[in-house]
Amino acid sequence: MVEIKNSLENDIFTIYVIGEVDASSSIHLDESINEATSKHKKIIVNCEQLEYISSAGLGVFMSYINDLNEKDIKMVIYGLSEKVLHVFQILGLDQLLKITNNEEEAKVIVNGI
Amino acid sequence: MSSQKNILRLFIILGVFSWLLMLGSGHLYRFGQIHHTSTEVDLFFTKAFLIAFIVVIYFFYRRNIGSQEGFNIIDLLWKVFVTGLIATVVSLSSNFLMSLLKDQEHGRNPYFLDTLYYINVGLITTFLIATFTVCKRLILYQKSKRLIRTWNVFEYGLLGSSLLFFTNLNIYSGLGWFIQSLLALLAIVLSVNLKWVAYLSFKQKWKSILLIILIGLYIGYFYTILNGYEESNGFVPVFSALKVFSINALYFFALVYCVFSVLVILFNLPTSSVFEQKIVEAVNFQRLSQSRNTGQNEDQVFEILIDSAASVSVANAAWLDILDENEDVKKTLFHKTGQREKEIILKSIKTNQVKGIKSSVPSRNIKKNRFVAEIKHEVYRSIFVIPVFIQDKQVAVLSLVKDVNDGFNKETIEIIRTFINQASISIENYRLMEEAIINERYKEELKIAKQVQDSLLPKHLSTIDGIEMSAFSKPAAEVGGDYFDTYKMSDSRIALVIGDVSGKGTSAAFHMSQMKGIFQSLVQLNISAREFIIKANNALSSCLDRTSFITTTYFIIDGKEKKFEFSRAGHCPTLYFSEKDKKVKFLEDNGLGLGILRDDQFNDFVEVNEIGYNSGDVLFLYTDGITEAKNQKHEEFGYERLMKFLEKNAFYSADYIKEEILKTLYDFCGTSNLDDDITTLIVKVK
Repeated sequence: MVEIKNSLENDIFTIYVIGEVDASSSIHLDESINEATSKHKKIIVNCEQLEYISSAGLGVFMSYINDLNEKDIKMVIYGLSEKVLHVFQILGLDQLLKITNNEEEAKVIVNGI
Repeated sequence: MSSQKNILRLFIILGVFSWLLMLGSGHLYRFGQIHHTSTEVDLFFTKAFLIAFIVVIYFFYRRNIGSQEGFNIIDLLWKVFVTGLIATVVSLSSNFLMSLLKDQEHGRNPYFLDTLYYINVGLITTFLIATFTVCKRLILYQKSKRLIRTWNVFEYGLLGSSLLFFTNLNIYSGLGWFIQSLLALLAIVLSVNLKWVAYLSFKQKWKSILLIILIGLYIGYFYTILNGYEESNGFVPVFSALKVFSINALYFFALVYCVFSVLVILFNLPTSSVFEQKIVEAVNFQRLSQSRNTGQNEDQVFEILIDSAASVSVANAAWLDILDENEDVKKTLFHKTGQREKEIILKSIKTNQVKGIKSSVPSRNIKKNRFVAEIKHEVYRSIFVIPVFIQDKQVAVLSLVKDVNDGFNKETIEIIRTFINQASISIENYRLMEEAIINERYKEELKIAKQVQDSLLPKHLSTIDGIEMSAFSKPAAEVGGDYFDTYKMSDSRIALVIGDVSGKGTSAAFHMSQMKGIFQSLVQLNISAREFIIKANNALSSCLDRTSFITTTYFIIDGKEKKFEFSRAGHCPTLYFSEKDKKVKFLEDNGLGLGILRDDQFNDFVEVNEIGYNSGDVLFLYTDGITEAKNQKHEEFGYERLMKFLEKNAFYSADYIKEEILKTLYDFCGTSNLDDDITTLIVKVK
């Protein structure tokens, strides 16, 4: 099961992904990213409490790659555990999505400094 | 059956025989009397044959009437009536004959008069015993142990008192009166058992009254006949049948029971409709509960419901609106009315007279559209409307109308409520059964899907000289998204592929079959690994849904040049054992899953690599179902364990390695039912 929380600080919209993202709970992740990309240009995905992500969950991130480029939205993922990061890497998503180690780096990227 | 008939026949013969003996011995006695040579012994035989006759007739009727199963009360009374009718007709004709010959010589012949008397005694005794047997059945209609005991006392009393006949004890003496009174008392006590009356319908009650009155008349007639003989001048029969205690008691008993029966039936007449109504309720209730077991469909249950409700409430008309999902009327069943009348009735409900009903039984099914109301209609005066719920969803509305004011009392409403509950259960059962059938069908479909998918995976791996291969694949559910395949491109080259579709189950299975099509098409073009990956991505870009992708690794094994050419598209890195280095490593090249980028940008991420191989080298291809398999402590099998496994087992054959990895994995997880699809393809260079 996954729990998803949001916060808006200045113009940065943060999505907190907590728990496990599997085939059924990936729908919630999809909904919240969809909502975020339709309203905000600066999005940070906090995955510090993401324990597991299945291929269906990865598919959700993947499906926004084109959107982000086309709409010029900056989305950064940070706080991935070693295991989860490895899953992103094997699939090659680390080459297409911006992934940082911590919030500061993520903020730097979304602010475009 | 035939033995029953034979026994009855035997009794008839015995009866006729003992009657004839009674006649013969009676005449002998008469002869002795006339010629003054008589002794008491002679009369003893006559008496004995009379008692024997009574006993035989008793057993005859006990067999004939007493043992019938599931008898009909009216039929029993009818039998007695017919027996009485025959006896009366014969008796009347004998008396007519007697009065006809009264003034003639023959008419005063004592033997002739005796014979007529014996005929009358035989007939009357037969009739009395028939009546007695029927009374016994009626009294024991709902028997208790005590009742049976009382009855037995009465029966043995009758038999015992018959024997007093031999003692010449005067029936009118003190002791005689005492014995008679005892028997009469027992007869009265037994005669109050009239439970059978309650089970007669109104019509049957009238019939019974008629039959019993006629039977009573016969009894009276026979009594006067026998009595009359004794009083008629100039003739005294050799014995008086009325002085036999049992015959006397039978007379009394039959008469008392007839009188009691008639009175009780009469008093029961006004309430018989209530009892009939209760039976109708019980029968209807049973019909509804049975519909639950026989799995009748909804319309049938609704039809039973409307019929039952209309009949128990004695409604003049009724209809049942069957609702669809949105609680709109889908269909209406009518009972003695139609759509037009229904609308008129609904319009004529006096809205100020609508009363909701508070049930005595708390129920979740009470909603405000359940009500009784007065209506202003040329025929009907009151209406009762009650909804039918199944799992809190309204599925029907039953409306009953009557031509009287306040036609629906609390009892009726409660009964209809129980009917509706029964109907709800029946329909719910039916729906559950339907669902189960549909689920069963889905299961069958999935089974077929599984068979189809199994056939998509190669049974035999095509290979070339010097290369040994073994593979295994098992989906977590019926179908899965894992794929592997091989293709022999030439005598020295084979292509092999392993793939994993994102997601699980049926949707993954569809994409897996697309992947099979793409592999089988592209591999025949004899293209490089790089081109294969690019073209596969192109093809899949238009096939996959938005969030789906497929990871794959594609290998071309060239037996002539002894090299592997491969490209990894986001798939788990292949584990490679090099015989020369005696080391295991992951082939972690860069690459993107197919379908992640659906345009030419993808091409920039494709990497191709080549490895020259030696004898003893092993390629271990797998899907993430293996590395992500968890044990009970939620630890993953992981890459480390996989490496160690291959280090240990790389020296064995491909088949052995396959068997070992499964054993190791299942041991680790503690089960062979894993959460994810698992696939492995092992290549060993000989």
